[in-house]
Amino acid sequence: MQALTPAAAAIELRGIDKSFGVVHAVRGVSLRIEPGTITGIIGENGAGKSTLMSILYGLYRADSGEIWVGGQPVEMASPRDAIAQGIGMVHQHFMLIDTFTVLENLILGAEGGPLLAGGLAAARAELARLARDYGLSVDPDARVADLSVGEQQRVEILKVLFRGARILILDEPSAVLTPQETDRLFDILRTLKERGVTVVLITHKLREIMAATDRVHVMRQGQIVAERRTVDTGSEELAELMVGRKVRLDLDKVPVGQGEILLRTEHLSLVDDRGVRLLDDIGIELRAGEIVGIAGVTGNGQSELLQVLAGIRAPSAGRFTVCGHAIDTGHPGDPARMRELGLAHVPEDRLRQGMVAAFQASETSILGYQDGPPFTRNYLLDGPAVGAHCAELMERFDVRPRSPGLRSSHFSGGNQQKLVLAREIARRPRVLLVGQPTRGVDIGAIEFIHRELVKARDSGCAVLVVSVELDEILSLADRILVMFAGRIVGEVEPRRADERTLGLMMAGAQAA
Amino acid sequence: MDEAFSFVFLMLASTLRVATPLVLCAMGGLFSEKGGIVDVGLEGKMLMAAFFAAATASVTGSAWAGVAAAVIAAEALALLHGLACITYRGNQVVSGVAINILAAGLTVVLGTAWFARGGQTPPLVGDQRLMPLFLPEAGDNVLVYAALLSVPVTWWIVARTRFGLRLRAVGEMPLAVDAAGLSVAWLRYRAVLLCGLLAGLAGAYLSIGQNAGFSRDMTAGQGFIALAAIIFGKWRAWPALGACLIFGLLDAVAIRLQGVRLPGLGEVPVQLIQAMPYLLTMFLLAGFIGRAVAPKAAGVPYEKER
Repeated sequence: MQALTPAAAAIELRGIDKSFGVVHAVRGVSLRIEPGTITGIIGENGAGKSTLMSILYGLYRADSGEIWVGGQPVEMASPRDAIAQGIGMVHQHFMLIDTFTVLENLILGAEGGPLLAGGLAAARAELARLARDYGLSVDPDARVADLSVGEQQRVEILKVLFRGARILILDEPSAVLTPQETDRLFDILRTLKERGVTVVLITHKLREIMAATDRVHVMRQGQIVAERRTVDTGSEELAELMVGRKVRLDLDKVPVGQGEILLRTEHLSLVDDRGVRLLDDIGIELRAGEIVGIAGVTGNGQSELLQVLAGIRAPSAGRFTVCGHAIDTGHPGDPARMRELGLAHVPEDRLRQGMVAAFQASETSILGYQDGPPFTRNYLLDGPAVGAHCAELMERFDVRPRSPGLRSSHFSGGNQQKLVLAREIARRPRVLLVGQPTRGVDIGAIEFIHRELVKARDSGCAVLVVSVELDEILSLADRILVMFAGRIVGEVEPRRADERTLGLMMAGAQAA
Repeated sequence: MDEAFSFVFLMLASTLRVATPLVLCAMGGLFSEKGGIVDVGLEGKMLMAAFFAAATASVTGSAWAGVAAAVIAAEALALLHGLACITYRGNQVVSGVAINILAAGLTVVLGTAWFARGGQTPPLVGDQRLMPLFLPEAGDNVLVYAALLSVPVTWWIVARTRFGLRLRAVGEMPLAVDAAGLSVAWLRYRAVLLCGLLAGLAGAYLSIGQNAGFSRDMTAGQGFIALAAIIFGKWRAWPALGACLIFGLLDAVAIRLQGVRLPGLGEVPVQLIQAMPYLLTMFLLAGFIGRAVAPKAAGVPYEKER
């Protein structure tokens, strides 16, 4: 590691350019990151920020351009080079080995000798020092699988510091955290900054940029379109810069009167093969013309609830009724029957459950509704009818490009999601289940999808939205239910809810 | 008293003799699978090694040359497996099966062409074989001790060394290994080569230690039994040794009981006892070993995003 002269930038990128095939992901990006600051890089999904950071970390090679670290031009051929330059990266998906202890994860790649014993002892001492200096404590002998997500992230940060990194890149660090854990993370980042560490925060969340950074660079379509001091800007301006036009993320919603109950669950439970209770005595009601949002940290039973209600998994106990038809352990539903009853489902994982990536868009647009007219005649698919149907959906839901013959996987995340949503809403379902409506979707499409969900609600559909994005739940839902450890732990009205109380409930604290 | 002692001694010796190739193979497979490369081709590697050991020993007159040839032959197949699975990211099971078929065919073809004895090599005598070191009646040749030694060494390497830590990591989550700046491919190649070394020794033991020459398909599924032993042992060296010894004991019992009449049962069908390892494998695999804890990335080729 070299000493930084005051004038030298911690990192300087000059004219970085990178293409993947025909996709020009990063276009001549130049930027300076000052030492000892927290710098944000914000942009929509697909704006190129993760690619840019992967180039900086040596995971990809730039087609052209230079990387300067501490005033010296450097070659980044692999993560090893980046590590040698004192750059560490905390990935969005943790690079931790579940079956290893914290200590073993810490020393992987930096063992300090062919035998482990010495390295482990040294790491234990170093870990104690880091815990003292940065306030990052974690049990060195705990297995990573037994740690909470927040603790795992702390291990990731420790790993980077352990390797002597003075520049820390965090890629969407809050995606898996509760608001409290996110606040704790920002405290840690501020401590790191005080100790002279340079932090680069990549995110698409405006709130985090405003809360944590000193400077912010905005990326759009592979380019840096703006650079601001955080104190000089605001969420509205940044959103506009990210999207390239004015965005209205607040929704105008007309309150709707109480409709009839279309979905009701009673003592619904789900136990898996290993005896783990995934859903525990769930009792919810969903009325026509309302959006009910389910908030919770990933992995607290929301996914399983959607699967049971959509007929994908049978409940272990309890029952639920959809539009007056009862489903229980003796009379399990299946997805086709649930559709007949008027229930539609936009799955959380669109690539695996919502569509077949290798299918054409037109095939995706009828998936689940392919049997019978108008798409099937005499046991054969009616190609032109399917194509016309898809073209119509694309028009109505602004799916781009408007090519029914294109492979589903060639559309962007937002357009895939619009296509899946279009397929389900076009059938005018009475109950609509939506999992993570805007995961991996750019802001422009988020706006559109939210309006469509509100439209469905206004036309009398009962909508159940599961999302890990609290902002989304808060703006969409008429009622918010919070799930923790397979139970509904509380119900809140959005007008009276704030992220803090919701966060406490999501973390399993007593309902407010 | 003496007779009982000698019976137990001979049973133990017999168990150990039968278990030796299983143990060597299982330790080899353990390295490979810990590193995330499933090795169904243990059988083929062992067979090829057995053939080249016997052929070389018979031509050169040196058992050690035979051992060297066995290791080289097994390493060649190991490299082939590595090339298919690591470099070209092919399906590991398919590659393993292909290696088994290749070995089964090639050994017979070469054997017939070179020795014209219907796929067998000429019987080996004297220095062409590995002879017992201390106890002639127990057949304790050097590879028996190598097998016994391979277990603590394997355990030690996997649990206590830098290479072992990285090996376990690459079998669980190669992406993390890559992000730590280590080469996934080089780690996996080393795992596969270690596997080839041990499978080679196992093959040499079969044709120039335990037996006096190669005969077609002489491995008779022992590579698969070794694979089963790894699974019983939950990918840990000592329990895998235990599994190998149980299989060895069953086999020793089968030989012992040949032609023996048990009161009330009549003559024990030897086939039944010979089938025991396989029956036990199926029985245990059907759920008696508890939750399998295979390395998470085993069988999955590592591909960098884009």
